[in-house]
Amino acid sequence: MSTDAGGAGSGPLPELAAVYWRRRADRRSLKRSGRLWTLSTIAHTVPFIGAAALLTALKPVTLPVALILLAHAWAIPELYAARGANVVRTLAPSSPDAERCALGLLGDMLDHRARALQARTGIVLERGGLGVWLVGQAGALLVAPGGRRVYCYCVKATGGDLPSADRTAHLLLALRADEAGFATVANLAFSGARWRLRRRLRAPAREALAAAVLTAAPARRRRWWRR
Amino acid sequence: MSRLIRMDQTGHTTLVEWSAEDPEAVEEALAAFRAELDQGYYAVVSRGEGHAEQVRELPLDAPLVILRRPIAGG
Repeated sequence: MSTDAGGAGSGPLPELAAVYWRRRADRRSLKRSGRLWTLSTIAHTVPFIGAAALLTALKPVTLPVALILLAHAWAIPELYAARGANVVRTLAPSSPDAERCALGLLGDMLDHRARALQARTGIVLERGGLGVWLVGQAGALLVAPGGRRVYCYCVKATGGDLPSADRTAHLLLALRADEAGFATVANLAFSGARWRLRRRLRAPAREALAAAVLTAAPARRRRWWRR
Repeated sequence: MSRLIRMDQTGHTTLVEWSAEDPEAVEEALAAFRAELDQGYYAVVSRGEGHAEQVRELPLDAPLVILRRPIAGG
């Protein structure tokens, strides 16, 4: 995959015409989106925490209200993370024959490690210029270099009658053709800390996330984890 | 032998096979390719591990050309 996130050798995704108002994604725009998500999380939670602290300090009898406010401060980021985790949900399978046929085609596109991970988790790991991607049936996760922040993109092939592996193959081919274009066309559902997202994922997706984080982490940290 | 396949509800369908030395098969492949593009499909050719190329003309030398549907943010 290209390291400049531009999909060198291939033109931009034709789907970009449908989102002409969006600026083409790059590393800088991703970092900016990540910071905005963090700021928005702070803006959602700090007022609740502040109000809870103030109420308790002024009138200790309002402690139950303060606890409700703290619950809100906890729940809002969790709901966003759940929305992010939802992009790698599993959709209803098609007929067994179609699934087998689609899986064969998808398998041909992958190397041995990615194929084995896909067989266990249903998710494809793909290295890119923007980070490490986990491509599912109805979206993709992008683990930023370093492995601490994750971007969750909601994107899917149009038409609802495709087998599961074909849905993934559609996204994988588009990603490989134009990574930045793919990140532009897709809708960002969540961006935040890996640990926040991890808690909301199902076990197979957690395994895929762990593999992506290991791939995205600096070599020094990878060696430490493997000990 | 090159193949043009379409990802669809059956998994995938082989639409046409051709060899660059067979003008009749090439004509048939070009016609099938254009018809699918007119239906709204996009054509992609795999270019080694992790690379794919979006194509608007049928690359006659490619072993496999895959037709995919458009993607959209959900």
